[in-house]
Amino acid sequence: MRLERRETVPLALVATAPLAAILCALLLAAGLIGAAGVNPLAAYGEMLRGAFGSRLSLTEMFTRATPLILTGLAAAVAFRARLWNIGGEGQFFMGALVTAWIGHSLGLPGPIGMAVLLVCGMAAGALLLAGPAYLRLHFGVDEVVTTLLLNFIVILFVGLMIEGPLRDPLAFGWPQSVPVDSAYRFADLVPRTRLHMGLLVALAAAGIVWLILTRTVFGVETRAAGLNAKAAAFAGISLPRTIMGVALLSGALAGLAGAVEVMGVTGGVTTTMSPGFGYAGIVVAMLAALHPAGVVVAAVFVATVFVGADAMSRATGVPSFIADVIVALSLLTMLVALLFTTYRVRR
Amino acid sequence: MMEAVEILFNESLWSAVLRIATPLIFGVLGALLCERAGVLNLGIEGIMTMGAMAGWLTVYLGGDLWMGLAIAATAGGLMVLLHAGFTVPLGLSQHVSGLGITLFASALAYYLYRLIVEVGETPPTIEPFRAFPIPILSDLPLIGPVLFTQTAPTYLALISVAVLAYVLTRTPLGLAIRMTGENPHAVEAQGLNPNALRVGAIVAGSALMGLGGAFLTTAAFNSFFPEMVQGRGWICIALVVFASWRPGKALIGALLFAFFDAYQLRLQTVVEGVPYQLFLMAPYVLSIVALILVARRAEVPEALMAPYRRGER
Repeated sequence: MRLERRETVPLALVATAPLAAILCALLLAAGLIGAAGVNPLAAYGEMLRGAFGSRLSLTEMFTRATPLILTGLAAAVAFRARLWNIGGEGQFFMGALVTAWIGHSLGLPGPIGMAVLLVCGMAAGALLLAGPAYLRLHFGVDEVVTTLLLNFIVILFVGLMIEGPLRDPLAFGWPQSVPVDSAYRFADLVPRTRLHMGLLVALAAAGIVWLILTRTVFGVETRAAGLNAKAAAFAGISLPRTIMGVALLSGALAGLAGAVEVMGVTGGVTTTMSPGFGYAGIVVAMLAALHPAGVVVAAVFVATVFVGADAMSRATGVPSFIADVIVALSLLTMLVALLFTTYRVRR
Repeated sequence: MMEAVEILFNESLWSAVLRIATPLIFGVLGALLCERAGVLNLGIEGIMTMGAMAGWLTVYLGGDLWMGLAIAATAGGLMVLLHAGFTVPLGLSQHVSGLGITLFASALAYYLYRLIVEVGETPPTIEPFRAFPIPILSDLPLIGPVLFTQTAPTYLALISVAVLAYVLTRTPLGLAIRMTGENPHAVEAQGLNPNALRVGAIVAGSALMGLGGAFLTTAAFNSFFPEMVQGRGWICIALVVFASWRPGKALIGALLFAFFDAYQLRLQTVVEGVPYQLFLMAPYVLSIVALILVARRAEVPEALMAPYRRGER
């Protein structure tokens, strides 16, 4: 048996690959749920109910999906160009911190101020990734390690700021940053729930990223750089410029996720405000086969697992870490599924 | 200021350096072995987490400490089999697969821990490795208390450096492994199977990573808790580059790193007015600086991250 590259990749295959991957992941995780002495079908039922069962759970799920769409886009954009940005988590926190800091006392009218804050959050994320991209281009330092290490540095920095200069004096000693001015908070998308207009920002970002990747020269250069860097350089594409552009875009998207989360959900910044949005974004991007539209769907899936697993855990006693297991498993199964979309098995 | 210097003359600092270095030594040796065979193993962070959990759990459930280490190494070797399958015969992205292993292994470790162990207010504890003074040698002035009054796994880590260095540079097996990372076609031409060598190397390497994780729960601390590996795996990946893929230099790198870590911990207590987070950041910042310094003249194994398929260039 050997693998042979497909000449054309049928669209139906691309569309079914993530579904097959998710199904396999759920099947594998069923064994672990069974080990907890719980009927996996009943558990998955609880999970679905927890994410879709009521108006409240549905809006919670979309609230959770909002930052995941943005961090997923960040990873997708970077991975397309083979820029391994694993620093989404750090960029998320940097975007959140800068947004809260500037948004606390920004003397601008509501809508303009909000636009300024979103841009500030994006700039913070973009700058944070520009460093590792620069180090890769000019010193040959692998960006995987630098972006990963920066995550730890940023979280400590956030801790430093919210216990020091940006501490919220009204938070009763709880380490939390000052909140953004209420004038800059996103309005509710669905009244009396946590779901906010930030979801629309995330969806718009997905649309814009799709346009950039498919309808601009930069998008084509990005793909070329990812598919074959040498050939791209030979064709006259400036690799350093493309990689830096990708880094700025990817970092900006992850920073935007932080800004949106602060302006829509938390108000202020805490070191626990992200249940790994940055890392989960990598899974979202892979499940989406790095496609912007797919990112939206994949983010909804991952949000369903996270929100649903909490409900399932409360109802059945299965540890809620099962959510992380399912999400990680679906990344691994998706890798295999992607293999079968680009290769076929020949005897 | 004088106090900051005085710390340097304190025995306990130097003894802590070796203790802090131990998980890094195991981890960096493991990562080095994988990469010397041509496979980047970003699963390290998760594998160390799994090793930490498996080792601790074994002891908690009544096994002895050495059994815990053995199970941790086995767990590490098993976790990486997925990565081996994905990256060696299938040739999938080593970056993505490795990250997937890290996410999966740590999630699985947390899940199993919660499933099996009743966690109350504080995490349950075990009786960890005690310092084992080596007779006669531990009575030597200065180096006795520092070098020869450590726990058994620390000695094991130091021995592993010598063993790995010997195997890699002085044995036919080591030559084959290094050649697999440089030029797998040449390995094939010698009648050896490069993919089998790669799988073997990363399984062995990950067993070492598992030991590194287990040191945290069976010697450095006595309980397991989420996030306890704290990026040590990623630091090991950086240290491999710093060490230019050589075990001896890897030991030096791990010790240097551990020295700064131990020193910053003690500095925190004497330097006032500086937020403690700045001290905690130092090790991570230092790793990045080290990478920048050596990256230009890094002797990366030629075939690192290049999948090998027979008959394909």
